[in-house]
Amino acid sequence: MSSGTLYDKVWDLHRVAELPGGSTQLFVGLHLIHEVTSPQAFSALKDKGLTVRCPERTMATVDHIVPTTSQQRPFADPLAEEMLSTLERNCQEFGIPLNNIGSGRQGIVHVIAPELGLTQPGMTVACGDSHTSTHGAFGAIAFGIGTSQVRDVLASQSLAMNKLKVRRIQVNGLLAERVSAKDLILHVIRHLGVKGGVGYAYEFAGSAIEALSMEERMTLCNMAIEGGARCGYVNPDDVTFEYLKGRPHAPEGDSWSRALAWWSSLATDPDATVDDEVVFDAAAIPPTVTWGITPGQGLGIDETVPSLDLLDPGERLIAEEAYRYMDLQPGTAIAGVPVDVCFIGSCTNGRLSDLRAAADVARGRHVAKGIKAFVVPGSEQVAEAAEAEGLDAVFRAAGFEWREPGCSMCLAMNPDRLEGRQISASSSNRNFKGRQGSASGRTLLMSPAMVAAAAVNGRVTDVRTLISPSAS
Amino acid sequence: MALFPTGPIQQVSGTAISVPGEDIDTDRIIPARFLKSVSFEALGDQVFADDRLELSGDHPFDQARYQGASILVVNGNFGCGSSREHAPQALMRWGIRAVVGVSFAEIFYGNCLALGIPCATAAPEQIKSIQAQVDREPGRSWTLDLAGLQLASVESSWPVSIDPGPLDMLRSGRWDATSQLLDHGPQVAALMQTLPYINKFAAN
Repeated sequence: MSSGTLYDKVWDLHRVAELPGGSTQLFVGLHLIHEVTSPQAFSALKDKGLTVRCPERTMATVDHIVPTTSQQRPFADPLAEEMLSTLERNCQEFGIPLNNIGSGRQGIVHVIAPELGLTQPGMTVACGDSHTSTHGAFGAIAFGIGTSQVRDVLASQSLAMNKLKVRRIQVNGLLAERVSAKDLILHVIRHLGVKGGVGYAYEFAGSAIEALSMEERMTLCNMAIEGGARCGYVNPDDVTFEYLKGRPHAPEGDSWSRALAWWSSLATDPDATVDDEVVFDAAAIPPTVTWGITPGQGLGIDETVPSLDLLDPGERLIAEEAYRYMDLQPGTAIAGVPVDVCFIGSCTNGRLSDLRAAADVARGRHVAKGIKAFVVPGSEQVAEAAEAEGLDAVFRAAGFEWREPGCSMCLAMNPDRLEGRQISASSSNRNFKGRQGSASGRTLLMSPAMVAAAAVNGRVTDVRTLISPSAS
Repeated sequence: MALFPTGPIQQVSGTAISVPGEDIDTDRIIPARFLKSVSFEALGDQVFADDRLELSGDHPFDQARYQGASILVVNGNFGCGSSREHAPQALMRWGIRAVVGVSFAEIFYGNCLALGIPCATAAPEQIKSIQAQVDREPGRSWTLDLAGLQLASVESSWPVSIDPGPLDMLRSGRWDATSQLLDHGPQVAALMQTLPYINKFAAN
């Protein structure tokens, strides 16, 4: 059993009571809600005659269903309009702050909470969305919940939870040039499997992790859930504190210095015990792309689709399904696979540094003929910052569409979707069958720079072979 | 259609349906486009919509022989991916009252528990045998017995596991956690006094 880890410390601080049956009632420090998983929770709350216990510890935004072409109200899609107006009514009724379209603060929930300084070290963060693991980048314990639990958090600001084990993912050395946090997490999931993390919190540690920016750490923790781990975290350090300083909800003045002391004390102790540890060598990680229908089916850019005999017996069934669905046969090189659509965005890779990395590749080049390529900033703030430095112009000049913020084609609940058997190069997090809005649509997951490289070549391309003209 | 689960759950009885496959994610159980609704009501008809489309009538949920089943038998890591409670809601509204499999993704498991749907596990070889029996004789009635921790039919019975915590919650009827959580309102208030980030990081 783990002891002395950040996870243990934060868990202990938030324990309200032990419940019959052995679960723990855990206080939730920050509850994030959005339009898709909250309406039924509010209905249930009202049916039971309950109210929201801590509206001031709850924050709402709209992200999943928003169109990215025109965000004029009412939306063209009446169902989408109904979802947002329901959220607006619920927030108004219960006094919950809503970062709505046009507020300058709207965006994907996992982009805006950090951006506003709401996500802080030592908090417990819950949201009706599995990618809540993102917030672990700050040294928070953050996890996705279902709608019944959203109701419970609204009503009681707490949850019935079971404590997880802790697995340290120790990444030594440094990532190679043009290899990103996305490549790192795809590599980890490829090696530990999509169910390897079930029952664990992943603690990401080591020199390669310490060298990551906050935005890169968010990319990493975002996809812990794709490895089965409900939360992932990085111990807070100066990189964390530097990011938080001056953000709207960050502490100020005397509170800031007290916060620093407390936050620092939460990091995993040198003599802490973890339940498991896995070591990776960062320098050996190549740009990584998925070929199949789970995020664990990844390949280094120089590799070929594996044959069954190269796979563990437990992976063969899903591999056979992936060969059929993806129409990619064993032995096919992943580099060179033609794509139809290129999507840059999502809670995994829709932040400013992601757009910069993609723009570096797009600058001075053009999207290949017949390819649809579009960029969806993660938030209104990201869009504004990107436009201020001219990234929108770089993308437009290169033939990418520049869109309004939202979740977009990561899960295609808005009009952005694949059609028929189209294949996408996507900076999002899931390549499940049908994920991007077409029942037979196909997804190749990769970093934003790799998506941009695929867009300009019309096929999967090692971004390292494209030297940015401005850098040459 | 039977009523949704309420109160203590000691057993689930009925015919079974098998959906084989590893890592069946919640996007497959209920594709995202069906989440565009402020209620769960219509989900029963939409469960596995794209997989059913792909198999044009051959998906287990479309086969006449499995209609009316209440016990779903699956393989490993069932329900991975998105946290959408719409997945167990869709299964429940189709008629599923218990799931038996090799392993489950955590959030899905918790979402099932919150609806009073037990998720029981058994070894991979056992699950294969159960799936073969279900496939051979779809009309056979099974009982998932939470007290005896077994899945049994007239001809055979198999040991299954359910973690003690969830098992106790199901059997005692306390699987709907809201009232228990609310009972500790004063303790929540007391804890809030101790948390630095709620108190301007003042030393305790």
